[in-house]
Amino acid sequence: MHYDMLLLRFGEFTLKGKNRARFEKAVLKHVKLLLKPFPGASLRKEFGRIYVVLGGEPYEQIIQVLQKVFGITTISPVKMAPVELDAIIETAVALMHELNVDEGTTFKVNARRVWKGFPHSSQEMNHLIGSPLLRNFPALRVDVRQPNIELRVEVREQAAYIFSDVIMAVGGFPLGTNGKAMLLLSGGIDSPVAGWSSMRRGLEIECVHFYSYPFTSERAKEKVIDLAKVLAGYAGRIKIHLVPFTEVQTAFTRTGQDNLIITLMRRSMLRIATMLAEREGALALVTGDSLGQVASQTLSSMNVIGRSTELPLLRPLVMMDKQEITEIAKQIGTYDLSILPYEDCCTLFVPKSPTTNPNLWVVQKIEASIRDLNALIDQAVATTETVVLEAGGAVEGRKEEVIQEDWF
Amino acid sequence: MKYFDYAATTPPFEEVITTVAEVMRRHYGNPSSMHRYGEDADKLIKRSREVCAAALGVSPSEIVFTSGATESNNLAVKGAALQYQTRGKHIVTVSTEHPSVYEACKQLTNLGFEVTFLPVDEEGHVTAEQVCAAVRKDTILVSIMHVNNETGRVQPLHDIGAALKKRFPRVLFHIDGVQGFGKLSVDIRGWQADLYSLSAHKLRGPKGVGLLFVREGVELFPLLSGGSQEQGVRAGTENVPLLVGMSKAVRLAGERQAETARRMIEWRERVVAEVKTIPQLRLNSGKEAPHIVHFSYPGMKAEVLLHTLEQLGVAVSTKSACSSKLAEPSRVLLAMGRNEAEAAGGIRISFGDEHTEQDIDELILALRQAVAKLESLERWKR
Repeated sequence: MHYDMLLLRFGEFTLKGKNRARFEKAVLKHVKLLLKPFPGASLRKEFGRIYVVLGGEPYEQIIQVLQKVFGITTISPVKMAPVELDAIIETAVALMHELNVDEGTTFKVNARRVWKGFPHSSQEMNHLIGSPLLRNFPALRVDVRQPNIELRVEVREQAAYIFSDVIMAVGGFPLGTNGKAMLLLSGGIDSPVAGWSSMRRGLEIECVHFYSYPFTSERAKEKVIDLAKVLAGYAGRIKIHLVPFTEVQTAFTRTGQDNLIITLMRRSMLRIATMLAEREGALALVTGDSLGQVASQTLSSMNVIGRSTELPLLRPLVMMDKQEITEIAKQIGTYDLSILPYEDCCTLFVPKSPTTNPNLWVVQKIEASIRDLNALIDQAVATTETVVLEAGGAVEGRKEEVIQEDWF
Repeated sequence: MKYFDYAATTPPFEEVITTVAEVMRRHYGNPSSMHRYGEDADKLIKRSREVCAAALGVSPSEIVFTSGATESNNLAVKGAALQYQTRGKHIVTVSTEHPSVYEACKQLTNLGFEVTFLPVDEEGHVTAEQVCAAVRKDTILVSIMHVNNETGRVQPLHDIGAALKKRFPRVLFHIDGVQGFGKLSVDIRGWQADLYSLSAHKLRGPKGVGLLFVREGVELFPLLSGGSQEQGVRAGTENVPLLVGMSKAVRLAGERQAETARRMIEWRERVVAEVKTIPQLRLNSGKEAPHIVHFSYPGMKAEVLLHTLEQLGVAVSTKSACSSKLAEPSRVLLAMGRNEAEAAGGIRISFGDEHTEQDIDELILALRQAVAKLESLERWKR
């Protein structure tokens, strides 16, 4: 197929009045970043839309890349024609030719005269373009209600745009336009999906990961870094805070309250994440909780755990089924990493029967009885290592002693 | 002595040698071990996989490391055949394939598989129509090489892949890419390949290591069972130093491909022009792969010319190195319709990126002298 441009359409944020320009700018910036490997392609902005002028670059690959851009709802590959009726008809015929219409395919023409200087009205054009198509393709039938193909023609002053495909993109809000949040990222299936879902709502994400060396291995940490790298593929770059959690975690094992240990751990995690969020200017915490999935995700557990932070606690997956979450994980490319078999700190010390109905008063009592708990939490925050991950793999702020780049 | 047998093997990059030695010394841990030594070794494998995947334009999870091209080709052919035998037991390949594909296919016929060995034209080509015409209901695999290792013929992979996948999307497409990578541009996705074999020592990496691209979703029956290394497809402790060395060689070869090809084509043209001026020689190729010139000296045993050239300080090869010790005439040349005399007198000259203009001068001079010398002996004998 031969196309000249891609038409990118925006979603709900176009309703946002005054902020619209800011949203558009964010999308434009993101698109620009992703088009770097396609030097022939260039961008053109029109009211409410962006066009990617292909300049000979492969449109299928570019669509694949742009489908991931938050804020874009649909993409249409477009053919251009000079603003003359004959040229428009010729291009429409060429497009229809490439669509390989089978016997009985229905279509309609949906023409729009954006430039009022064009001598034919939109209504007229539907006929003027539709008739030659019917003559050229005997297999075609007209159906104005539910056509298989809706051939759209937009006549503008500089050129006419002709297209029919509407390819779904990821939608949502442009990256970072709704502020910043701290994502509690484990090695499981859920939290990366929660992170991606938040990013889709325009949140900038920083990740917090808790590790418990020597109870968990270095590989478990590497796995989470790899998961964050996948998220960086959507964001361009992403920060991950690696919190040494062993001391805090082992403090709870000494309380003899086995069935509450998960509740206690979770509360401390939220406290640490809150401190990091405040340090980094994030205004919410995001978790991968899904109602009822495990003991710590019952409503009463969520209540007791959630009270340990004053920040809004966002749980994008709270009402989703595991299967839906798994589907998304596969789509966004985190699933295969998530299922690698390394234990992480959430699966450590899991008691035989974790409580599904913790008592807030009891939990607070236990916390108060651990004299140095606050100090341990402060210590964990103070020794947190922060790494910046770039899309594509480079790691900043972390000494990679093993990997010597000049070996490769 | 000047070395002109790069299609057989190549001298490793100096940087590769240093890297292999350094990694061998420092990271001897077993990548499957839990401790730091193991983790470090594992990280190196992971990075190697990323580097190789990037050079091939595929994703890291699609790379299976092997011990070299022979294993990659065997794993592709037999692994696919055994895995998908419930779909059918028919394989299509070409009569000029490398022994590691050809013999693997023959071996499968003992296990109840049927193999169609497609003939080639006198240029050594096979067409997309031929391939599609040979595909049957029970065909599970088509295996075709990119560049022929003896003659340098390039098969039309783009046409074959497109035609095959359009008409028979379920048939797997394996490409033996060993002689092509680093010399010609490689487009695994564009060719719609499901499997693609590569060997490190053909592109100035170490011997004993290679890889097989296995497209996401394709399953292979493991030929080596044991541990769960390489996603269970290929058991055995990974050779970390060689893997790192290979990834470096693959990256360099990929980056330098265009430039390398440009220089090699110039030398190839000079040698081809020279061969054409020597009436005793018959050119068998020399216009496709940038790094191979192949010709016959009908009536002369190839080995005699090889040793004469050796005396004159030039190392070339007869047939492929893998089968050159066999006395039979070349199967590849016979398949291209050459007679016995021509097929027995084949000589292959192959270049590398570090040859110089002067090396080519020496080669041409030696060739001229060798033929003259043998001619005079012949007359004397008569």
